[in-house]
Amino acid sequence: MAVRDYIRERFMPHIWCAGCGHGIVMNNLIRAIEVLGLKKNDIVMVSGIGCSARISGYLDFHTLHTLHGRALAFATGVKLGRPDLHIIVPMGDGDATAIGGNHFIHAARRNIDITAVIMNNHIYGMTGGQYSPLSVYGRMATTAPFGNIDQAFDIVGLAQSAGASFVARTTSYHATSMIKIFQKAITHKGFSVVEVLSQCPTYYGRKNRLGDAVEMMEFFKKNTTPLGSAAKEKNPDLIERGIFVQEDRPEYCAEYKKIIKKAMGEQ
Amino acid sequence: MNKKTLFLQGNEVCVEAALYAGLDFFAGYPITPSTEIVEHLASRLPQKGGCFIQMEDEIASMCAIIGASLTGMKAMTATSGPGFSLMQEAIGYAVMAEIPCVIVNVQRGGPSTGMPTSVSQGDVMQARWGTHGDHAIITLTASNHQDVFAMTVEAFNLAETYRTPVILLLDEVVGHMREKLLMPEPAEIPLIERLHTSVKEGTDYHPYLPREDGRLPMSDFGGVHRYNVTGLVHDMWGFPTNNPKIAHGLMRHIVDKIENRVSEITRVKEYFLDDAEGILLSYGSSARSALHVVKNRRKSGERLGLLELQTLWPFPAELVRERCAHAKYVLVVELNMGQILQEVKKAVDDPSKVFLANKVDGTFITPTDIRNVIRLILGKGV
Amino acid sequence: MERYRIIFSGSGGQGVIMASIILSEAAVLHEDLNAVQTQSYGPEARGGSTRADVIITDTDIHFPKVTQPNVLICLTQDSYNRFSGIIRPGGLLLTDSNFVKQERKVDARQVELGMYKAVMEKIGKPIVFNICMLGVLVGLTGLISAESVIKALETKFPAEFQETNRKALNIGLQLANSHK
Repeated sequence: MAVRDYIRERFMPHIWCAGCGHGIVMNNLIRAIEVLGLKKNDIVMVSGIGCSARISGYLDFHTLHTLHGRALAFATGVKLGRPDLHIIVPMGDGDATAIGGNHFIHAARRNIDITAVIMNNHIYGMTGGQYSPLSVYGRMATTAPFGNIDQAFDIVGLAQSAGASFVARTTSYHATSMIKIFQKAITHKGFSVVEVLSQCPTYYGRKNRLGDAVEMMEFFKKNTTPLGSAAKEKNPDLIERGIFVQEDRPEYCAEYKKIIKKAMGEQ
Repeated sequence: MNKKTLFLQGNEVCVEAALYAGLDFFAGYPITPSTEIVEHLASRLPQKGGCFIQMEDEIASMCAIIGASLTGMKAMTATSGPGFSLMQEAIGYAVMAEIPCVIVNVQRGGPSTGMPTSVSQGDVMQARWGTHGDHAIITLTASNHQDVFAMTVEAFNLAETYRTPVILLLDEVVGHMREKLLMPEPAEIPLIERLHTSVKEGTDYHPYLPREDGRLPMSDFGGVHRYNVTGLVHDMWGFPTNNPKIAHGLMRHIVDKIENRVSEITRVKEYFLDDAEGILLSYGSSARSALHVVKNRRKSGERLGLLELQTLWPFPAELVRERCAHAKYVLVVELNMGQILQEVKKAVDDPSKVFLANKVDGTFITPTDIRNVIRLILGKGV
Repeated sequence: MERYRIIFSGSGGQGVIMASIILSEAAVLHEDLNAVQTQSYGPEARGGSTRADVIITDTDIHFPKVTQPNVLICLTQDSYNRFSGIIRPGGLLLTDSNFVKQERKVDARQVELGMYKAVMEKIGKPIVFNICMLGVLVGLTGLISAESVIKALETKFPAEFQETNRKALNIGLQLANSHK
């Protein structure tokens, strides 16, 4: 199927600014789904609020555009209702780590078979450039006019310690490996988290004089390194990308099926 | 005794009724005084193959039941005061996206943490206006276990009929009290199942285009029709829009589908109203004390009657006006500062004849409390 | 029949609330009577003072609480001090002599029995103190039959407890008999 067949053209043009990294993420998500050969009727995309959350409406799946931060809670209901469907949840900084942080760690803890794609652009884009829990210390934002004094979350570390059984990081620059990671994440049985470093040239870039979209993507190229590379030993400031966790652990819906068996046996 | 007799807490009755109505999915978070609902469903629901999940909070619980409902399941959550506050944003979502679901609130003393183990009916207005924005909502209540059963089933039926969240407002006394329940036989109470679209695969399905009768046939997630669901103002496809004409049409639809059907949604019980000079108007547990007074005073010839509301929202204003037209006084009996009192005053021809007998200290209103207020109204003193 | 308005009072752990549930359940399920049971909730049930109200009758019950009991059971001095004043004239006031000293006269039938002592001597398990108390209650009032109480006990507890429960109930019935 052509990539275009996955898109609801009625929804176009999209709302993203020129140079935004989210379009690259959407593009690669479609390509991963196409390679996997999944049926459109078997995919539910659940999203919250923010620039990233708009992906759901643009794609021709069952789509549920919900409340800020709550996408994973809605998705949990959908998944338990229809465990056979693939649930993909595109999220931004706020959905995943601020207002939705609690739902994120609990979905990870349950290891429910949902794929969370977290587009980390270090800022709240839709509301116009306020700092987020993923903004780097010292960076500027409209609500941090003197520099951000909050420390940023490490999504990979957070997801890992909360219990996600698949955790990966990539960037909008690394499109080809992103497709492969998405494929693995979607087919993984359990809670899978993919952090994608994504550029927001309009707010994060401009506020912090990081250049245009191309320069911001160049930054991802130069300042990241594959997991376990020798470069990381020489330069500890490099951000690692790759698959950090990929484990076979009891999945929530499968565990719940056992509960039903037990309960019915005990009757 | 042909029917199965049970002796249960009101919260357990609510569980039995929800299962009778076909509950498939429950998500909740324990909170006093509704915890027994969560506990009993944890064992009862998987026994019939349904899904029970204890979520991380009440917000997540409310969101999860909406998600499950979209896959075709009958879904419910249960909570009390503070948890009900947390659910409000997602209740508004269910209103806007027209998702059938049932929210049980076993009311306790508030505001804030208030009095967790004490009775109150302080959430009546929150049930009506707790979520932001103009909207309509259905809210039911009950005063005894047979009615808790009936109203719980009714909540599911109305949710499916009108594609809307329905709030069941119980209170601590009804929820915790143990009383007899005659278990209705299967099919004794009619059940309304989800209206599914007849549109076939390959033909355009408009998830938000109401039929002539105002109803919206659904298509389950995972089915042949892929569509968008959003809390944004949306068109007939479920796509967000700022078009004023579409926005106005949507607002009218979500309000009118309920407010234009007040008489169909109204459930009341009437006791001795025909010749009543004084009418007590009450609902939930406080209606028990009111009925006690009415029956007792009737014995000594006092012409008292009781109008017990089971549908609180949409408020049956026309019915209240009509029933109270010939009464010398109307005494609203409720466990709050007069939340339904104001609605009754708005409804009747002469608001100056409407009075309040209430209690807000966490204790239950007694027949003596009510009789004292009646004496004051009649100028007899306590 | 006479409308029984019963208050069970004592301290958390004495089984006061469970006794109230067993009695009312037995009345509804095994004697075709009407009953309503309510109780005080919160920390009281886990160690402090505790109270359960039961109304049993053959007609409708609307107001579910007991304001003036015609049967009052007090299993601690504190609950006796708090509630003995509200008993209806001619009612029954039952206390356990191990825990309560009835210090004043009220217009009621005042019964002090060594229920706890008897249970500890003959069974040795304080957990069935409340069952013994139920035996005394049905023995003194004839409110419902002992058989109905046994039926309720059988559905509420696992089989291995039935013999001890029955024993405790019988101790109560005998205490009531000897008092008559």
